Amino acid sequence: MRKLFTYLSDYKKESIIAPLFKMLEALFDLFVPLVVAGIINNGILKGDRTYIVRMCLVLILLAVVGMACAILAQYFAAKAAVGFSAKLRGALFAHIQKLSFTELDTLGTSALMNRMTSDVNQLQNGVNMALRLLLRSPFIVFGAMILAFFVNKKAAWVFVVVIPVLSVIVFGIILATMPMYKKVQERLDHVLRITRENLTGVRVIRAFHTEKDETKRFHQANHELVEQQTAVGKISALMNPLTFVTINLGVIALLSIGGDKVDTGSMKQGDVVALLDYMSQILVELVKLANTIILLSKAFASAKRVQSVLDVPSSMQFPTQTEGERMQGPTVEFAHVDFTYAGAGDQSLSDIDFSVEEGQTVGVIGGTGSGKSTLVHLLTRFYDATDGQIRLFGKDIRSYGEEELRHMVGIVLQKAVLFHGTIRENLQWGDPFASDEEIWKMLEIAQAKEIVEKKTDGLDEIVEQGGRNLSGGQKQRLAIARTLLMKPKILILDDSSSALDYATDAALRNAIRKLEHAPTTFVVSQRTASLQHADLILVLDEGKLVGKGTHDELLNNCPVYREIYESQNA
Amino acid sequence: MDARKEHTSKKETIRKVLRYVGRYWYYLIGAIVLALVVVVLTLFGPILNGWAIDCILEKGAVDFERLAQIIKLIIIVMILNALAQWLMARCNNNLTFYVSRDIRNDLMDRIEILPFRFLDAKPTGDITSAMIADVDQFADGLLLGFTQLFTGVITIVGTLLFMFRQNVLIAFVVVVVTPLSLFVASFIAKRTYHLFTRQAFLRGKQTAYMDEIIQNQKVVKAYSHEDEAIATFDEMNREFEKVARKAVFFSSLTNPSTRFVNNIVYALVVVFGAMQVLAGRMSVGQLSCFLNYASQYTKPFNEISAVMAELQNAIACAARVFSLIEETPQIPESEHAVRLTDVKGHVSLDNVSFSYEPEQKLIEELNLDVEPGQRVAIVGPTGCGKTTLINLLMRFYDVTAGSIQVENVDIRNVTRESLRESYGMVLQETWLHAGTIRENISMGKKDATLEEVVAAAKAAHCHSFIKQLPQGYDTPMGEDGGGLSQGQRQLLCIARVMLCLPPMLILDEATSSIDTRTELKIQNAFAKMMEGRTSFIVAHRLSTIRNADIILVMKDGHIIEKGNHEQLLARNGFYAKLYYSGKMETEKA
Repeated sequence: MRKLFTYLSDYKKESIIAPLFKMLEALFDLFVPLVVAGIINNGILKGDRTYIVRMCLVLILLAVVGMACAILAQYFAAKAAVGFSAKLRGALFAHIQKLSFTELDTLGTSALMNRMTSDVNQLQNGVNMALRLLLRSPFIVFGAMILAFFVNKKAAWVFVVVIPVLSVIVFGIILATMPMYKKVQERLDHVLRITRENLTGVRVIRAFHTEKDETKRFHQANHELVEQQTAVGKISALMNPLTFVTINLGVIALLSIGGDKVDTGSMKQGDVVALLDYMSQILVELVKLANTIILLSKAFASAKRVQSVLDVPSSMQFPTQTEGERMQGPTVEFAHVDFTYAGAGDQSLSDIDFSVEEGQTVGVIGGTGSGKSTLVHLLTRFYDATDGQIRLFGKDIRSYGEEELRHMVGIVLQKAVLFHGTIRENLQWGDPFASDEEIWKMLEIAQAKEIVEKKTDGLDEIVEQGGRNLSGGQKQRLAIARTLLMKPKILILDDSSSALDYATDAALRNAIRKLEHAPTTFVVSQRTASLQHADLILVLDEGKLVGKGTHDELLNNCPVYREIYESQNA
Repeated sequence: MDARKEHTSKKETIRKVLRYVGRYWYYLIGAIVLALVVVVLTLFGPILNGWAIDCILEKGAVDFERLAQIIKLIIIVMILNALAQWLMARCNNNLTFYVSRDIRNDLMDRIEILPFRFLDAKPTGDITSAMIADVDQFADGLLLGFTQLFTGVITIVGTLLFMFRQNVLIAFVVVVVTPLSLFVASFIAKRTYHLFTRQAFLRGKQTAYMDEIIQNQKVVKAYSHEDEAIATFDEMNREFEKVARKAVFFSSLTNPSTRFVNNIVYALVVVFGAMQVLAGRMSVGQLSCFLNYASQYTKPFNEISAVMAELQNAIACAARVFSLIEETPQIPESEHAVRLTDVKGHVSLDNVSFSYEPEQKLIEELNLDVEPGQRVAIVGPTGCGKTTLINLLMRFYDVTAGSIQVENVDIRNVTRESLRESYGMVLQETWLHAGTIRENISMGKKDATLEEVVAAAKAAHCHSFIKQLPQGYDTPMGEDGGGLSQGQRQLLCIARVMLCLPPMLILDEATSSIDTRTELKIQNAFAKMMEGRTSFIVAHRLSTIRNADIILVMKDGHIIEKGNHEQLLARNGFYAKLYYSGKMETEKA
């Protein structure tokens, strides 16, 4: 939690000045009852008109200076709070960029989005309010008490008693109700869950005609919510009456003491008025403080959640620069590789062992869930093998620097994603310095040339958010061109031609083979037809490598492969 | 015209709110009466204090007897006021809680009978946010806003009455100067409006960017595009910060500015009041009372704009909720609807036409006669509208023309319950509700014994994994089925149907994210269920399709071919093309 404050360190000056000015403003507020007491004691009782006018000008001056201080305080608080949240948001975003796939899997996208938006906003609010009110309110409460001592020592003791009693009431009720409000929230969540269930499961519910049971369940949950709300309501309804009674008892005490003191001449009428004024100020400020504390407790909860994301280290470390000399060896080599996803019980890949020479085309085939994608994700080092070793060009994959590895191994992911921006900008993700000529060349290889040619703005055509204005097949071909622009030594097509028809798919593979520096290519597919001409086919079944060889070899010696082949070519 | 329409609809909404509130009229009346009592007693407080101060004049001039009497009065008023405050809070609370409970219940009751046509078109999030956020906003805003407005108005009227009665000159000063704070507030609001719209725009842009990048973080990593993303984000962040700083600052000016106006009013009351005291037209106690009133009087003014905004918002929320509650429900069951009994599984579609949108015809004059025990496979590329037929068979939607008959009875003439009971349905999007595994399996047969449940689970191949769960059949399922895999969840849904085993089946074959072994189990379970039952299968597997008695080939929502495997191949149309390209099965993902 303390670590989050470092994002406020650029605004040290503002974070100190803001509460200072706020206290200055409060100080002027505190002077007002004294001035009024003076007007009554010296102006009215002595009949001094000029004194009254002069003091009134003092009041106006206090108002002006008070406002000036308040405006300055608001300015510095706003600057610090907004600056803090901007910095935090930036740091959080940068941190998320550094996380590896394993952490992204466990944290989840929607949680990360919530941290970035609502939690950071909550924190900004918290910082802003803390700077403005956290010091001001106690300052006024204790200031009023101290000034009361200047007015009259004995009467001031009333404040010494009333302030703790009020604090106990206000904070006691907050403390008592806070966990109850949490329970209200839980029950409201339950109501929400049933509502959502009834909407997402409406077909099943009506198919089994259990609408009545669902309604009953909902009414029950709703009833429990109201019960809890009423329980909290009963306690929080005590806040106003109890504080009211306490303040009034204070007023009564002040009046009795004031009566005695004025009668003996050790106090004046105006002093009594001033003391009564202070009494009402205290209540207002304590209530404000209570509200600030509720807000801050929410901000603290947000802070904890944000911090927990910032505390997640990336489980994957890359050397800053590729270590060691390039060695001789096969382009890709898996040596007895096992892999288990974090939090999963079973191995997703076990004892995978194969090697691939430069320029070869490798097919990876198997049913859904057989581990095809997992295998190529190890090759890009999205995940690290739990056991065994992966070597690229004879060197451990973990000895490559991140940049170099990413450019060496290019992958076209299963789900083609394009981003908001022009087609050119999207393609330049592969190579920021690619010329239009290069781009067109790769588009042609990716069989995507005509897609772009048909667009009115060509390469400058805007891709909408999520690529909505392109079809799945179009996005896939553009994504292939994007990866080709990286000119990777190893190219992976992760089932990325599934939306292409057979002819386009074949033309694409042909064009890649004819490239000047043809990459070593991995093609993940569910179709044997796409892999028939591969130099090596890896057959996966439930995470195990059950066959490796060419199409003809596998037809002879791999029953799983033969089964897949026959089911598609019966 | 529009403004007037909006006005009447607002009135309409308020009328509806009053209908709900009317059920708890005693709380409403209690709240209003008590609010009146609280305001009057609260206004009486400063007067009593003033009287007391006037008893304490100066040395030797303290009227102790009167002071003691006034203090007694203060105590009585205090106790009454505290009691009234407490009761008022209770009334307000109960009113708010009960009204929102009733509205939520009514909304849920309506959801259960809304037609699919409406539910399918409405995003789930819209309805849940009406249920949760809108009802809350409405309850807090409208009911509390109302009491705040009510007490505010009484306070203003009460203080005005008192001030004018006490001293016209000072009252005049207060009344003239106070509205200044309103002007200042609205001036600031107007000046900052463009800042807020700009801030909202930039925030939206930034959120959209975050969403895009974080949702696709893996793609960003694959192209090692992280640094560029950070740079773009920082740029947006800087721009946003600049605007947000101004927006936050300017909006926080309202508070000091209105406080400044109040302080000026205070100073003016002091100077005018003091002069009046000197002129003998007022006492010091009255002056102190006046000062108190001046600030009581201005408070509702400062809050009024916030309260009004909240009220507007609350009415908008209420209108959204009511529009859902009043949404036309599905066509009610006809009076002569009979229970479908003795179903053998004979289904016929007679000249059936259907479309979701009138201008976009989907199914046109479809005739289909399914004998008991026959299998109908529905085939086609993803997104071709295979669920349309399921919707019609289950009467989730009504046909636009023609009729569907089960055992020669038009399904619109039988009760929905008995029709749906005759079908066992397993959809690909598995749905489990929060409850134990046993409760989930016995959904269609609440009174099933544990033995029956276990038997169904065994038949659906899920007994073995259920046994391994920590609490077996009593393991609670969280939202989205807890720790179960997609395949296991589908097996549970199969067990649910196994338990009732109706004469007709609607099955949706799995396409993705299921491991091969589980997929095999699902196939086995399906095969077992289908024995001797009329089945409609959204099919992806060649074997299922080839074994079907009737294959319906769908494309873009239309049924384009109909027949068995051999007939369709002989036709050499879309089915044949699909079959020979080997794409029939691989249209997954």
